[in-house]
Amino acid sequence: MGLLEIAMDLLAELREKFPKVVLEVLEKDALTIVCRREGSLELISYLKEKGFKHLIDLCGVDYQGYKSEKKPERFEVVYHLYNLDEKKLIRVKVLIPENDAWQYSVTGLWKTANWFERECYDMLGIVFKGHPDLRRLLMPEDWEGYPLRKDYPLFLTEENEWKGYKEFLASVRGAK
Amino acid sequence: MGIEGTVEVGKDIRQIPGTPVFITPLDKLFNWARAGSLWPLTFGLACCAIEMMATGASHFDLDRFGIIFRASPRQADAIIIAGTVTKKMAPIVRRVYDQMPEPKYVIAMGSCACSGGVFRTYSVVQGADEFLPVDVYIPGCPPRPEALIYGLVQLQEKIKKESGRWGFWR
Repeated sequence: MGLLEIAMDLLAELREKFPKVVLEVLEKDALTIVCRREGSLELISYLKEKGFKHLIDLCGVDYQGYKSEKKPERFEVVYHLYNLDEKKLIRVKVLIPENDAWQYSVTGLWKTANWFERECYDMLGIVFKGHPDLRRLLMPEDWEGYPLRKDYPLFLTEENEWKGYKEFLASVRGAK
Repeated sequence: MGIEGTVEVGKDIRQIPGTPVFITPLDKLFNWARAGSLWPLTFGLACCAIEMMATGASHFDLDRFGIIFRASPRQADAIIIAGTVTKKMAPIVRRVYDQMPEPKYVIAMGSCACSGGVFRTYSVVQGADEFLPVDVYIPGCPPRPEALIYGLVQLQEKIKKESGRWGFWR
């Protein structure tokens, strides 16, 4: 039996309750729901109520220059939710447009989303609305740009170097 | 050369016969002491630190060289940069180095600390020598414990060849 058949009831329910939110249902390695940003928070909190209590992962994807498939929007935020009682995994992909890159925060539903969202903001520049403390997580606080975006250079030339490191090198070399 | 009545018992070491008195240059004495009890700092950054721990543990046993890891930079003679140094971490590494008393030595362990290794990226320092005076470079990803021991022995040899690195005038 395929993944779609197993979750048929749930899918029907979701399609009925959120007809404008659910765009597509895919049968990949895990059941994948592609959805619109508006209403995605309601869909996720509904899934949590239905038993998908465990937020395994939250991450962002940049599809700029993605060759194998034409994507409607540049960014996606991907949620992996797990139903601990029925041992079921579900993946929710939320489409995020490039020039208006924000998504609703799920920190109200899961405390663990706090750092996931901070990392996603740090690496891809997707703003999470309603996040209690949206600062960079990995990069220094005054870093410019979002390193995991596809248009970010792999290696910084001398003029694009991070200001903090430049200052550090100047102070060290001055001391020698 | 040689002071009258003394007997040469080793290279540059002379003894006054029948007494426990030896005559040797201070340089040699200091260098012998420093090379024989090289205390590196317990400080690791990435996977090389695991190999460094293995080198310090009983199988490879750095203690037999008089190399004992110290948990405080104030008591350490050497710092082993064991792993990838990111630009965010570099000032912290430098601060730890600055807290060590003279004379101090730096070992760059592994490809990352030597040159940045495979990480030619925006966030990684391209070699610890960008901000530290490195004495010994140990290539490898990560270097085997034997390689680290070899590097430390090389550092000991370097210390033994130093001169004038003692006294308040230095």
